[in-house]
This record gives sequence, C-alpha cells and structure tokens, in this order.
Amino acid sequence: MFRYLVRRLLWAFVLFIAVTMVSYIIFFLVPAEPARLVAGPQAPPDAVERARKFLHLDEPIWKQYLRFLHALSPITFEGARPEVKEPSLGRSFATRQEVNHIVKAAAPVTISLVIGGAILWMLIALPIGILSALRPRSLLDRAAMVFVLVGISAHPVWLGLLLSYFIGYRLGLTPLGGYCDLINPSTACGGPVQWAHAMILPWITFAILFAALYVRMIRANVLEAMNEDYVRTARAKGASEATVMRSHVLRNAMLPVVTMLGMDIGLAMGGAIFTESVFGLPGIGKTAVTALEGFDLPTVQGIVVFATIAIIVFNLAVDLLYAVIDPRIRLS
Amino acid sequence: MALLEVRDLRTYFRTDDGIVKAVDGVNFTVEKGKTLGIVGESGSGKSVTCLTIMGLNPKKSAITSGEALFNGEDLITMSKKRLREIRGNDVAMIFQDPMTSLNPVHTVGKQLVEAIQLHRDVSKRQAKLRALELLKAVGIPRAERRIDDYPHQFSGGMRQRVMIAMALVNDPDLLIADEPTTALDVTTQAQILELMDRLQREFGSAIIMITHDLGVIAEIADEVVVMYAARVAEKGTVEQLFTRPHHPYTWGLLGSLPRLDADTERLVQIQGQPPSLLNPPRGCRFNPRCPYVMNICKQKEPDLRPISDEGEHLQACHLDEETKDREAAKLLAGTLAEAS
Repeated sequence: MFRYLVRRLLWAFVLFIAVTMVSYIIFFLVPAEPARLVAGPQAPPDAVERARKFLHLDEPIWKQYLRFLHALSPITFEGARPEVKEPSLGRSFATRQEVNHIVKAAAPVTISLVIGGAILWMLIALPIGILSALRPRSLLDRAAMVFVLVGISAHPVWLGLLLSYFIGYRLGLTPLGGYCDLINPSTACGGPVQWAHAMILPWITFAILFAALYVRMIRANVLEAMNEDYVRTARAKGASEATVMRSHVLRNAMLPVVTMLGMDIGLAMGGAIFTESVFGLPGIGKTAVTALEGFDLPTVQGIVVFATIAIIVFNLAVDLLYAVIDPRIRLS
Repeated sequence: MALLEVRDLRTYFRTDDGIVKAVDGVNFTVEKGKTLGIVGESGSGKSVTCLTIMGLNPKKSAITSGEALFNGEDLITMSKKRLREIRGNDVAMIFQDPMTSLNPVHTVGKQLVEAIQLHRDVSKRQAKLRALELLKAVGIPRAERRIDDYPHQFSGGMRQRVMIAMALVNDPDLLIADEPTTALDVTTQAQILELMDRLQREFGSAIIMITHDLGVIAEIADEVVVMYAARVAEKGTVEQLFTRPHHPYTWGLLGSLPRLDADTERLVQIQGQPPSLLNPPRGCRFNPRCPYVMNICKQKEPDLRPISDEGEHLQACHLDEETKDREAAKLLAGTLAEAS
C-alpha cells in the first residue's frame, strides 16, 4: 500500500513535468509576441524590447522553463542551504497579478460547478439508468434513450442560453449569470443560498451531457450484471428480486461507474469552458480562455498545473476507493 | 409419492428467429434420496429442463407448460413467493462454472450466511457457525480462516466445494447439479464426485446430475434419462442403460466413450450435428444422424415406450427389439473384444 502510493506519486511527478513541458513548448511554437501585447500596439520598439527583457522572454526556452520550475518548487536552492518556500506560479504577463491568486480565485468557482454538477448528474442518471435496465424496451426505457440522444447532442452553450433566456430572463426565477461566493461574500452577493441560486442553471447545463452519458453507461452495466452467473445463483438461493438487485447486481454494476466518475470529475476540473462562458462564471475555464487570448503564459501554466494536479488527485482517489469496494483489486 | 415428478414439461423461447423448443415434452421422476442422471449433448435441453424446474429461465422470452410436482406441489404454476421459499431451501442448485457463479464482491462466508438467513430466522453468528460447519463438511482446509476470503482467493475446485456447501446449507431434499464437474480438471472432478456421493449419504438429498459424461453417470446415478434434441430418447436404470442400451443415440454415446483398456487410435464419434431446435427434423429427431434409419423414422416421431420385458426401461426408437438387442450386444461385445 505504502509502496504503491510512493510509486504512484513518482509517476505523478513525471507526468507533471511532461505536461508542463509540453504546454511550454506549444506556447513557444505559436507565432505570437507576448511582449508586444504587454507593451501595447503603439509602443516603440525599445519599449517592447524592455518588456521582453522584463518578462525574461529574451532567454532561451529551457532557461525560462527552469525558472518556472524553480519558482514552483517548494524548496529554494538560492542560499547556501536549501530552504523551504511557498511555491509560486509567477506573475501574469497581462495584469502582473500573482498567478497563485488568479488560480485560487478561479478554482472555487469551477469546483462548485463540477462537484454540484456531478451530484446532479448522478441523481439523474442513477434512477433512470437502473429503471431502464430493469425494463428494457419499456416506455420509460425509450423515453430515457430519447433523453440520452438529446443530452449528448445538445451543446452546452445552446442549452445554457436557452435555460438562461427562459428560466432566468422570461420567468425571472434565477440570475442570468455571474457567481456568488459560497462562504465569504466578497461582492454584492454571497452565502450558501445565493450561491446555490446562481449555480442552479450552470449545474443543469453542465450536468445534462454527463447525465445522458451516465444513463447509457449505468443501463449497460446493470443489464450486463443481471446476466451474470452469480445473479442466477442468488435467485437459486431464494433471494427476492429486490435483494438480488441490491446486493448482487448494483454493487457490481457500480464498480466501473466509480472509475468513470473519478476520471470525469478530474477532467472537468480543468474548466467547464462552455458552461462558464455562457453564465459568466469566473472559473478555471473562463480564466484559461482569457489568458490564451492574451498569450499570458504564466496564467496558462498556472491553470495547466491546477488541472494536472486535479486529474492526478482524482485518479489516485479512484484507485484507492476501488481497492476498498472491489476486493479483487489489491494495491501492490 | 415421488419427490419430483416432471410431466410433459415444455419450455419454448421466443427469439428473433422464431420459437426455439428447448424442452419439448419431457417426463421423469426423482425418488427420495436417489440420483437421476440426465445425459445428452450440448443443446439437448438438459440444463433448460432444470432451470425450468427452478423457475430460473428469463421471464420475458420463456414459455413454459407441463408440470413439475415437488412433493405434490407444482413448481411451474406456484406463486413466486412460494417458489422463493422452496428455492435454496428444499431444492438447491449447483452450476457449471464455479469461477463465475459466486459473487466476486462478497466473502464466501457472507454468501453462505445469506443463503441461510433467507430461509432461517437465525442470528448472523449462528448462521456463520452453520456456514463454517458446511465448509468443513465439503473439505475446505482451514475453513475458520477461509470463510472470510473472497471467491477469487479460491481455486476452481474449492469454489465448486463452496457452491456445494451453499447448496446444502439448508439441508435440501433435492439437489440439482448442472454439470458440476465440467469446468474442473480431471483429478478435481473425481474429488467433487466423491464428495457429492459422500454428502448424499450424509444429507440424504436426492440429486439430479446433469452431465454429458457417461463416466459420471456410471459412477453416481441410479436412474438415467438420455436426452436428444429437447426430448427423452431413452430412460432406465444405470444397469439397464449400460447392459442393454436400446436407442441408437445411446449406442453412439457409449461408443464414443474413451476406454483405458482399449488401444484405439481415435475416438468414435456420432456423425453430424445436433439439429436446430428452431426447426427440428420431421419424424424421429435423430434420423439424419442415425445409421439404422428407416423410412418410418422420417415420417413419424416414435413414442417413448417400455421395452417388453423391462417395464421401467423406456425408449423412443422405431427399430424392432430383436435388431436392437442384437446391435446392442454387438456394441458391448465389441468393446469387450477390444478390451481383451
């Protein structure tokens, strides 16, 4: 178990280096001039040159990358002895804000959206998926399949705009967009009630696609589990259908769902770009889009770092959880 | 009264291609404490017969008729609730593949305890004691420790022992074993058969043993039903079947047995394939493969009828008895000749 964790964390480190390096290289392959953008379109050449120097863009790419890694490492080697320091993602090219702050401000928005959305999509997908597996080809099953088709086909931007127009604007039931802090009210709104109120439409928009995919997956898994030999054994023992479903079918059918859930949540932490854009949520996805438009490398890197960590953490959590719920898996 | 009396049992399945008549008018009885063997090729309807008795066919596609009287109660028409009371309690079943027949996410102990508590109002601790007793009875070494293990930690033979323990845990009157040794290697097969034989004497259960292995039948059965293409071809005691087989299909089965005492190059096989049950051949279902086929075989399906001087020995073949006795004697003499 301990050895497994150590090995996983080592791999995570390798993955982390690879991902950040690739995103650095891509950034330098793009034919754009961040220094010009920073200095402004009318700036004289020497001002642009100064901006380039100031941002260390004149250095070779490997040196810049090492500078980034060094700032990010929790240990500094500048003094005589290595010392512990706070990891820093550097400052934004565009706003000179610390990227740590930018990510810290955007992360809660995306986490709220993704976790709330995940709860919602499971609440939709579990009952529909299970019931339609119990009665394949029934009216409910067919209706569920229509929902799946619509859910997969409907683009979140279209869905979000429709919801915000009808429910937010015409009916006036929810805000049209924007974010409210869950814990400490920073701006005009805040607190759990207003937070949830503002998040309802984003949650629905974000959850529909996944709900559709999960209905399909859960239905297929339950159908498959119902045909297993051990389910027949349970019936032969005299178990009622309810017991058979609960303790033999569902338990096994949910194993792959747990894996997918962990992976999807980890991935979505990298930013639910469409949903965040439609509802003007200042989350990771929207921040990433803005940063990319301005060739703001440190901010982009900050988001890459955050998303990578989220994916690594959720995948690790899934593996650990899996060892608990599936006795056949041993972490070694 | 017989423990189980199956009368004109028919199980049809609706499929996209039409109706598959998987069991088409099967009759047999099982006496208390006795063993009935059902033999036949794959697809002859042996398993479906037993799944029908247990009510374990898929509800949507299966059409069932006939009777299966268990202690006088019809298992086919009884309420689901009553059937659940009987399943696992009075009638228990062991399946072919022990690798997949146990739930991978529960310990074997939990699965045994579940089987007990479904039918007995006992505490978990009492149930576990009983489970332990059974695991010991089926010969699981260090059962005290292994009871908390998961199925994947057991070998195939050990898993089949667990399945047997689970089936016997409520002391059933009838144990249905659907090819319990097919998925196991030969040494394990022998151990499992020996175990079942011993447990039958201890527990006094009647057994229906489904198999395609005549060796198993010879070893364990009192009576035998030979099934071919969803129907009974021949039925009798083990002695009758092995000393005076009266159906060409039974001859084929006996002829294809490998023999330790004969030096044959290759095994004899029955020519051709078992027929499709969607559209079985007209007349006798064995006629396309039968070396003794006559005109009548293609016209009229033979009834299952007794052999004149052996009232309990039934067979369904148009050949006259003299020919059959002669051919059977030749077959047996042939194997004897090979043996010498």
